[in-house]
Amino acid sequence: MTSTASDAPRMPHAARSTRPPSEDYGPGVPGFEASGGDWDEIAREAIGEERIVVNMGPQHPSTHGVLRLMLEIDGETVTEARCGIGYLHTGIEKNMEFRTWTQGTTFCTRMDYLAPLFQETAYCLGTERLLGITDDVPERASVIRVLMMELNRVASHLVCLGTGGNEMGATTVMTIGFTAREEILRLFEAITGLRMNHAYVRPGGVATDAPEGFTDQVRAALPKVRGYLGQLGDLMLANPIFKSRLTDVGVLNLAGCFALGITGPVLRSAGHPYDVRKAFPYSGYETYDFDVPTDTTADSYARVVLRLEECYQSLKIVEQCLQRLDDTVGAPVMVADKKIAWPAQLAVGSDGQGNSLDHIRQIMGTSMEALIHHFKLVTEGFGVPAGQTWQTIEHPRGELGVHLVSDGGTRPYRAHFRDPSFNNLQAVSVLCEGGQVADVVVAVASLDPVLGGVDR
Amino acid sequence: MTGGEGREVVGGGYDLPEPTAEHVAERTGMFGAHDTGDTSGYGGLVRTVTMPPAATRPYGGWFDEAVDVLAEVLDEQGVAFGDAVERVVVFDPRRRTADAGPSADAELTLYVARQHLVAVCQALRDDQDLRFELSLGVSGVHFPEDAGRELHAVYHLTSVTHARRLRLEVTCPDSDPHVPTTTGVYPTNDWHERETWDFFGIVFDGHPGLARIEMPDDWPGHPQRKDYPLGGIPVEYKGATIPPPDTRRQYS
Repeated sequence: MTSTASDAPRMPHAARSTRPPSEDYGPGVPGFEASGGDWDEIAREAIGEERIVVNMGPQHPSTHGVLRLMLEIDGETVTEARCGIGYLHTGIEKNMEFRTWTQGTTFCTRMDYLAPLFQETAYCLGTERLLGITDDVPERASVIRVLMMELNRVASHLVCLGTGGNEMGATTVMTIGFTAREEILRLFEAITGLRMNHAYVRPGGVATDAPEGFTDQVRAALPKVRGYLGQLGDLMLANPIFKSRLTDVGVLNLAGCFALGITGPVLRSAGHPYDVRKAFPYSGYETYDFDVPTDTTADSYARVVLRLEECYQSLKIVEQCLQRLDDTVGAPVMVADKKIAWPAQLAVGSDGQGNSLDHIRQIMGTSMEALIHHFKLVTEGFGVPAGQTWQTIEHPRGELGVHLVSDGGTRPYRAHFRDPSFNNLQAVSVLCEGGQVADVVVAVASLDPVLGGVDR
Repeated sequence: MTGGEGREVVGGGYDLPEPTAEHVAERTGMFGAHDTGDTSGYGGLVRTVTMPPAATRPYGGWFDEAVDVLAEVLDEQGVAFGDAVERVVVFDPRRRTADAGPSADAELTLYVARQHLVAVCQALRDDQDLRFELSLGVSGVHFPEDAGRELHAVYHLTSVTHARRLRLEVTCPDSDPHVPTTTGVYPTNDWHERETWDFFGIVFDGHPGLARIEMPDDWPGHPQRKDYPLGGIPVEYKGATIPPPDTRRQYS
């Protein structure tokens, strides 16, 4: 460790970097570089420094990916906290402008990688709204969507709780959380073929019907998930260390939530029962029986309790979905309009899942028009009437909004996703300033940001 | 910053062109291909694309009441409704006949003159009959063919109290890409406006720190604009060349 003001002698280790850090600040500003050592000594040596700015991330394990936190600290107290994002920006929205409306699901599923089915559903609901076919989506497709979203909500909350515990040193919370999530990912694999990045929900319905015996498989998995949730609750909720780490940390009251546009569990921890599933129902949520849990302490502990509570409510919805799925076996899962429905006649062949040979035989051998239609729909896509729409759904992290603009063509003119993680990260400075450095980890974890969604 | 102050600070300096009725684009041919020979026989086909036009009264549902209340509140502040709101659009793709009421999917859009944007937001947020207390952010759209109104900033507002949703749309020309910031009314729009600046180059006047948010600080250009070069390189494969995506043949 050494002081590297511009006129100070260069120490050997400084030669490793291409330029001394002091040059970042210009002449006259003292720079200071520390690599290891006792903090008291470092602080003594840096005497005269009034501001100590610490970069936490973008590779810090507690930042859920590549979030960069710029903390100005005074001893152990955070006096200023700012976020730096954009390290995971991949231009998904721009990419969607160069693909057909159906191909769009393949892109938006990769945004928030812990809740892929929510992006897909929101995007498809928006597309259906533009097409004016909201009422034509088959009942069974909506039930499957709701089932998948609620399972996904549990999986996402499990990761939030698990990694949140891990960041505080509670490794068992993490292993239980991920083990429970595994059960749900197996269900996803059974129905979509993939554990994430499903591209399963499509404009007009879903890609393929649930396989035979799927409801039994879900019914068998639910008690296990419930058991793991119980273990998580036992481990966390009455644990004195856990409680003292989380209680009164990261407090954001109701007015602050509304001013900063915070939604989801963080808003509900401040006492407002705003839930898009209740306020602006979609996919038939008004017909399901479930509660929206709230709390009033507005701290990180309340958010953990609420997320656990929401998992149980989601499982309650899943059970209602299973009943409806059993009642509608064989019903269509895609709109009847063949000008929109993606031709997905699939069958299990000798090499796994693929196109149905009967369907291929029919379009290749007997119907030239069907072949042309298949080709046009897959390569060109369907046109969507010019206009714009705004569709929101209740994402595990808050309100996910999709703004879709069509110019009448076969590709979105503009697709914008209002990701709840992106918006909620704005609250980091309010949650962290004035608190301890160690509480930053807890406060950020209570927002549950997923950087794939933040940066898109 | 209150809305009233914001309005006086930013007002006056803007010179808006007359609002056009709708954004219009023209398509030729059957398949949208322009760089190859027309083999379909439909090369002479010309199709006009129009965005939803201005709505006529009654708008239906709660739309009339909300617009009336907004006009009243703006009038009290000395802003004529016609000056502040250029156009009211109701987009309802499920409405099949003219005399049918709005469907559940109907969406109300107010096209707001940019010098009155803050006043309109303030009125929408604070009046007890409007109460659009939750802003869900800003998104930009670029219409290079919409002369004088190339850049659009779209604001998504939600009234949790009344369970209503409303969209504000503000336009500005490419030559003068300035829109007043709404962070004084909705602090949540801070990052969303930064994102819109980053991707579209719309300058939000009065924003507390209008820096790039997703792209690196020294990035040239604004990537979501339609005229942004994609910079793809042609790929050669077995002697043939595949052009970059923005110059490829496309079907719309």
